[in-house]
Amino acid sequence: MKHLLSVADLDAATATGLLDTAARLKETLLGREVRKLPTLRGRTVVTLFYEDSTRTRVSFEIAGKWMSADTINISAKGSSVSKGESLRDTALTVSAMGADCVIVRHPASGAAHRIAGWADKDAATTGTHTSVVNAGDGTHEHPTQALLDAATLRDSLGSIAGRRIGIVGDVLHSRVARSNVLLLSTLGAEVVLIAPPTLLPTGVAEWPCRVSHHLDAELPALDAVMMLRVQAERMHGGFFPSAREYAIAYGLNENRLGLLPDGAPVLHPGPMVRGMEIAPAVADSANAKVLAQVRNGVHVRMAVLYHLLAGAPE
Amino acid sequence: MTLLIKNAKPYGEDAVDLLVDDGVVVEIGSGLTGDETAETLDAGGHVLLPGLVDLHVHLREPGGEESETVETGSHAAALGGFTAVFAMPNTDPVADTAVVVEHVRRRGEEVGLVDVHPVGAVTAGLRGEKLAELGTMAASRAQVRMFSDDGRCVNDPLVMRRALEYASALDVVIAQHAEDHRLTGGAQAHEGAVAARLGLQGWPATAEETVIARDCALAREAGADLHVCHVSSLHSIAVLRQAKAQGVRVSAEVTPHHLLLTDGRLTGYDPVNKVNPPLRTGADTQAMREALAEGVIDVVATDHAPHAQQYKDAEWAAARPGMLGLQTALSVVIHTMVEPGLLDWRGVARVLSERPAEIGRLPDQGRPIAVGEPATFCLVDPEAQWTVRGAALASKAANTPYEGMRLPGAVVATVLRGRITARDGKVVA
Repeated sequence: MKHLLSVADLDAATATGLLDTAARLKETLLGREVRKLPTLRGRTVVTLFYEDSTRTRVSFEIAGKWMSADTINISAKGSSVSKGESLRDTALTVSAMGADCVIVRHPASGAAHRIAGWADKDAATTGTHTSVVNAGDGTHEHPTQALLDAATLRDSLGSIAGRRIGIVGDVLHSRVARSNVLLLSTLGAEVVLIAPPTLLPTGVAEWPCRVSHHLDAELPALDAVMMLRVQAERMHGGFFPSAREYAIAYGLNENRLGLLPDGAPVLHPGPMVRGMEIAPAVADSANAKVLAQVRNGVHVRMAVLYHLLAGAPE
Repeated sequence: MTLLIKNAKPYGEDAVDLLVDDGVVVEIGSGLTGDETAETLDAGGHVLLPGLVDLHVHLREPGGEESETVETGSHAAALGGFTAVFAMPNTDPVADTAVVVEHVRRRGEEVGLVDVHPVGAVTAGLRGEKLAELGTMAASRAQVRMFSDDGRCVNDPLVMRRALEYASALDVVIAQHAEDHRLTGGAQAHEGAVAARLGLQGWPATAEETVIARDCALAREAGADLHVCHVSSLHSIAVLRQAKAQGVRVSAEVTPHHLLLTDGRLTGYDPVNKVNPPLRTGADTQAMREALAEGVIDVVATDHAPHAQQYKDAEWAAARPGMLGLQTALSVVIHTMVEPGLLDWRGVARVLSERPAEIGRLPDQGRPIAVGEPATFCLVDPEAQWTVRGAALASKAANTPYEGMRLPGAVVATVLRGRITARDGKVVA
């Protein structure tokens, strides 16, 4: 694995390998007082974030630090980015400074692909290789989110193959949904997208999943459900009549929780809008795996850095 | 000043010699000899077409000289077999006054390789709010005959109605970039399976189809000439066919890239494939080819849109839309239309020369290859194959989507009123 840009690049064996490494790392670190492995000592990991995302950035930073990598954070604000430097020049500058891995969050779909392309071209002349990890690009993908969701589902359900997973909400604008549909189907799950037609992309029919507009009808047959955040700007974008109507039709409340099989995990990538897509009582229930997702996030990102910078363990 | 063209096949038919004097064909026959002063062009049995006419180019001058100038664009045009081009007005300043269009026209004449016809803006500043001075531009030395807000659509139906009505008295044509901006806000790619997967906001084909339908109705009522720029969606074809059947005076163009390329190329997010309207599906390219063969789409126009490296070497959303087209257009038409048998050489002359000259109201372009007619030609070797290299193209920019592609057909020579402007891949200054 050279870069992690899209989960479409992962076959089932590679994805499972990453999840296995994450599980082993979790096991190794469990209960340890000093949570530091020497694996990536002397390696430099840079997070290059063009969007605010404390959650993802900190998770990557902790992952790097627990592997003994030197981690540097660059945010678009306060760097040359705001002075009008191109993405290419910024990315190649970071690469030239010796970053072994650049973790990119960017509002434009495909930004990580572009950076990887420029870095590979540069590597061909300089011989210094830089790995690129997509930490969320526009409305395209967020591969490590899908991996941490898969790790959480594996913890809860034991396995993913053959399970039916519902993804509910704003699929149209969601990079989390895109990555999850691809990864879960690669791992053998049956995915059901549940959303109003206005929040589903034209062309969704060709995705490896089923589409439904009726949450109540789907819940009883789901093994797990993943709620997507509805961003404030969508509420004013005319995608649905009102927040109230959305919550009534697609919000996961206590009654709906009762429709799910007992103990079915409820996932949410965060940050949650309580009362909108998820009722507070559901968010705080035993079904909710939100904090387990956050914990798995660190281990999954450690595994990604491990596989990229040290190679997948035999 | 005489020119003797030996062994040329007009429209790919029987080989003849042509004698040209003072820019006009004076004799066609076999075994012709000129006087000692005559320049000779050995056509080597290649195909002779009337000089190509492009209704849609961006020469970027004034204001965008880092991407293209009238001079570099004229070089590209001559090398591509073109003898007349229509330069779109989205320059800086916008070509919405007689001063700017006369400047562009004069620059074209100074370079002298191709007739550069400035297209005037329909609305002041391309803002879509109030009409530009169409009459003044039409009456100026630039003699503007085509108006367009290209790059932007005249979205307001009332402004479009007034433009068509006003134009009907001037014998000019309104060329519309058909895109309902309310439906395409933030759009980055053809709305469909590829854009959905890549997370690129969709440009729905309905945004083109609905504007064409509206404009055809407005043109019908105004009794005006409407030209539809760069048709890209198969759904637009039915609208155009019906309007033409009803007698609406509407013409339409398709670009070479919409004949050949699809949104499948977007997977790597290389903005060289970013263009407006966007590359669509294989079904759309097939429909474009059939509509061009049928005549529902009248002409091929390149939408030649040079962009300096800094405008393309960026993330997809930040990159500018547009691609080079002048030097690859004929080859793409041969590849997509001639090779599959959809057009013969008469057909190529029709869609790349005769009809565009009619639509653009050029009396001395797109003429028959005959005695008494202007000696304005494109000589093409249909057997030649070449590999496209952006850096080797004459344009200042190198943003060709055909980089590395092998294409058929090479322009051997271009002749403008008896003067050779390009020969064997080199401009004749």
